[in-house]
Amino acid sequence: MAHARNRTLTAYLFLAPALALLLVFSFWPVGFGSYIAFTKYNLIDAPVWVGLENFRDLFSEELFTVSLKNSALYLLVVPVIQVLAILLAVLVNNQLPGIKLFRVAYYVPVVTAVSVVGIIWNFMYSADGGALTVALNHTLQFLHLIDQPIGILTDDRVALFAVMFVTIWRGLGWYMVLYLAGLQSIPADVYEAALLDGANAWQRFWRITVPLLSPTILLCSLMSMLAAVKAFEEVQIMTDGGPSQSTYTVLFYAYKFGIQELKFGRALAASLVMSVVCIALAWLNFRYLQPKNK
Amino acid sequence: MSKVQTMSLPTPQPLAQASGTRAVWRRLGRHLPHYALLSLLAVITVYPFWWTLVTALSTTGDIYRFPPPLWPQDPSLDNFIEVFNTIKLITFYKTSVLIAAATVVGTLVICSLAAYPLARMEFAGKRIVFGAIIATMILPAEINFLVNFITIAKFNLVDTIAGVVLPNLAGAVGIFLMKQAFEAVPGDLIDAARIDGANEWQIYWQIMLPLAKPALGALTILTMVSAWNQYIWPSVVMTNPDNFPLSVGVQYLSSAFSSKTRVVAAGAVLTILPMLIVFLFTQRFFLRGFDGAVK
Repeated sequence: MAHARNRTLTAYLFLAPALALLLVFSFWPVGFGSYIAFTKYNLIDAPVWVGLENFRDLFSEELFTVSLKNSALYLLVVPVIQVLAILLAVLVNNQLPGIKLFRVAYYVPVVTAVSVVGIIWNFMYSADGGALTVALNHTLQFLHLIDQPIGILTDDRVALFAVMFVTIWRGLGWYMVLYLAGLQSIPADVYEAALLDGANAWQRFWRITVPLLSPTILLCSLMSMLAAVKAFEEVQIMTDGGPSQSTYTVLFYAYKFGIQELKFGRALAASLVMSVVCIALAWLNFRYLQPKNK
Repeated sequence: MSKVQTMSLPTPQPLAQASGTRAVWRRLGRHLPHYALLSLLAVITVYPFWWTLVTALSTTGDIYRFPPPLWPQDPSLDNFIEVFNTIKLITFYKTSVLIAAATVVGTLVICSLAAYPLARMEFAGKRIVFGAIIATMILPAEINFLVNFITIAKFNLVDTIAGVVLPNLAGAVGIFLMKQAFEAVPGDLIDAARIDGANEWQIYWQIMLPLAKPALGALTILTMVSAWNQYIWPSVVMTNPDNFPLSVGVQYLSSAFSSKTRVVAAGAVLTILPMLIVFLFTQRFFLRGFDGAVK
């Protein structure tokens, strides 16, 4: 008895530093943040309880509605990034000479700081003649869709999509690696059997690869969905919410109001809305899509 | 898929050279469309970096010429030297190194300590503790930064390295990775040590840690790269530009001196370079897909 208690004490001594940090920086924010969402709080004065006022303000404000809509639009990133990542993984899943070099090339954006990614893409999108701006304008003028050249990050019709493209670009390699691991766990004899049965490459992909890869596809889609609705670093670096506040996402809104204006009540109310969305997405995913037997 | 490429038949000596080369060419030829597609995709991921490097190395010519130059014009390192004159690059580097080092050491210590009892001890509340740690992976971490900023402010840790580092040390992924490594250590070793009278600390320190070196190595690399690259949190904690790490400093350079495009490009190159080198030498840690850690 005393021995077991002793062992438990020892175990918690090992765990203490990690548990203390998790308590302060992971669990406390959930509770305290939820409370602050119902108050007015500016970091200096004590929080003042205001009930649902922050939420009423949020939903009656156009900027927050735009932010919500943009975060929802951001979900368009998910199918694009997953399809391209699967394509990349299939392309690099072999031993061709130089294949490792390609894997490295596709992964470099993942190990690049997001601030540098933003700077580099601001060059590409530059209204002074960035490579993509020129290419896009040539195309659009050729198609007679525009008369005057547009600036990619200064036109409120395309700015958000330009930022979304950067999110895709920098996330591809990450998902490619997860899919590569998934592909390599498919036993080779399944393909051999299919080959003997005369299945062509297309049939093998759709009848074997996709079904056997589906747990990875579901996991990656969930990760990608949660990342997409939470996206805001790219916005902060590339457009700062502009032009004319057209690229605000929900977390960018929270960042602006919280960190820059110290209106923590409003900011955390917006964050809480986002948490509810994330929990709902995760719940729907686990409830309806994940394989039951695991 | 892999089997097809690996077979090569032994050929008689004199012919080996010629037919070997021809076989390689034939193989490459057969895979030409495959390589074309691979290369096209590689251009999309690598070209923006190349443009930035060319711009940073060039000293003359129109920056936004179309089509863009593929090689530097009048190459020199002037733009890189100019970065040092424009921002406190050495200070930024020092801060980044300190943040990365503190995050790595702290993560290794805290995660391995927490992982040991979870992997190798039976104690009351074990399942609850492990569940709680896993639950933090689902908690919306990006949302926590607002409250963490309040906490850091209340602890007077704004503009300190501790403020940047502390919230990142106890990661569920790190604990999970170490737990798996400790679980792979043969139980006989531990039983033998217990019979010899070793206590839990001695088992952790003298048996577990040395045997978990590969996992500690992987965790070091992954933690270092993410600590070096993190942007939004250090930009919130560090309010004084003197305290910026590189990832934040380069953004400061880009917004405060946006007219000096070539210097900004050089700053971007100087920021990525260290992690790019680390990545190129340790790419297997990244490209393996973290093995079981993600499943």
